[in-house]
Amino acid sequence: MIDPGRLVPRDRTAHPVPRDPEYKTTVARSPNLPLLSMESTTTEETGPRFGHGLIGALDNNLILNWTKGAAPAVGERILMHGRVMDEFGRPVPNTLVEIWQANAGGRYRHVKDTYFAPLDPNFGGCGRTLTDENGYYEFLTIRPGAYPWPNRGNDWRPMHIHISVFGHSFGQRLITQMYFEGDPLIDRCPIASTIKDRSQLDRLVAPLDMARARPLDYLAYKFDIVLRGRRQTMFENKPAGM
Amino acid sequence: MTQTLENLRETPSQTGGPYVHIGCIPSFAGLSQIYPEDLGLKAIGDGAKGERIAITGSVFDGTGWAMRDAMLESWQADAKGNYPGEKGADPKVNGFCRFAADGKTGEFTLHTVKPGAVPGPGGSMQAPHIALWIVARGINIGLQTRIYFEDEDNSADPLLSRIEQRNRVDTLIAKKTGDGQYRFDIRLQGDGETVFLDM
Repeated sequence: MIDPGRLVPRDRTAHPVPRDPEYKTTVARSPNLPLLSMESTTTEETGPRFGHGLIGALDNNLILNWTKGAAPAVGERILMHGRVMDEFGRPVPNTLVEIWQANAGGRYRHVKDTYFAPLDPNFGGCGRTLTDENGYYEFLTIRPGAYPWPNRGNDWRPMHIHISVFGHSFGQRLITQMYFEGDPLIDRCPIASTIKDRSQLDRLVAPLDMARARPLDYLAYKFDIVLRGRRQTMFENKPAGM
Repeated sequence: MTQTLENLRETPSQTGGPYVHIGCIPSFAGLSQIYPEDLGLKAIGDGAKGERIAITGSVFDGTGWAMRDAMLESWQADAKGNYPGEKGADPKVNGFCRFAADGKTGEFTLHTVKPGAVPGPGGSMQAPHIALWIVARGINIGLQTRIYFEDEDNSADPLLSRIEQRNRVDTLIAKKTGDGQYRFDIRLQGDGETVFLDM
């Protein structure tokens, strides 16, 4: 075997800068010293797998999961869907995708969130699912509201949904945020602006996808996710380790 | 002109924000009714083989403040050095755990078994360690680091050996504070800054 199939080293220019004074909290929470770079080992190349048995039927339906189907959440109904792939374009099947978000008024169900917008008694704010055998996932939810936050004098978060993805190895772990096409607050957001490569920030902006919208029910937004890849050599016509 | 590479770039990270617990440990954020069960609440199940240990610590920001909102994930091998899913691995070891700094004290505790040594690059062995991933508001991309143990032989570990400033090796080594008890503090910047990894 020429190549033991390590993870592709992370291209840090694809990511936000760790320290950005416009996003004040990063100043005291970013390492000053360089990271220690090393090729991945078994520790980074293995990772937790979650079974379908752990996922409930309503877990990916944020409109209904808080009330267990008794009453729907308030807000613009949307389908969030997409595909998880690696850097080589291979689908990442059976991997856990989790989301969390504010309600339609821009309020999180959290003791520390004291924004004026009221809680929706029918909305919790989190969901989870596993990708299918081709890497596809979907959530039914409501479009979250924008909200102000204490940073500079008058900063507002654009509408966004937080997303956490596992992949198949601990070194692929990723948390990111999905923004919505056309939101004027994206360009004013100091958190979105920590990504200095505009083409990379654009990849966090989900387009309206009318082909997947359901008439008289919900709109759809598409959000594909690319995780780190793992180099693999062909071994007896199958990728090594698969 | 050249041929075109078809590779994709990784999706950029964004901070998990102050409410990361809602998405990852909903029961910790008071949303315990939403799922049948949160994932990753326990690193081990009943009957896991090996030495039971508890690792306590805090994540300190650059001012020395113990962060109240950090969320951590751990990934480790079983007592014999097999990762869950590998042949011969202890079925009672989940290997993965999610835990959070306490909202009042900023302290976290990981309950698990001490992992065994695992193979490293080029036929080497890596000393027993637990991989950590730390996210919080103000952390734009999750921070990777590792916990090693002061009562293990770390002298030939390939990762620790790569640290040029030998005075920094200590930042990755949990201190024994009692029987099965360890202390591991993480410092994001400044004096005693933890060695963070890019692996």
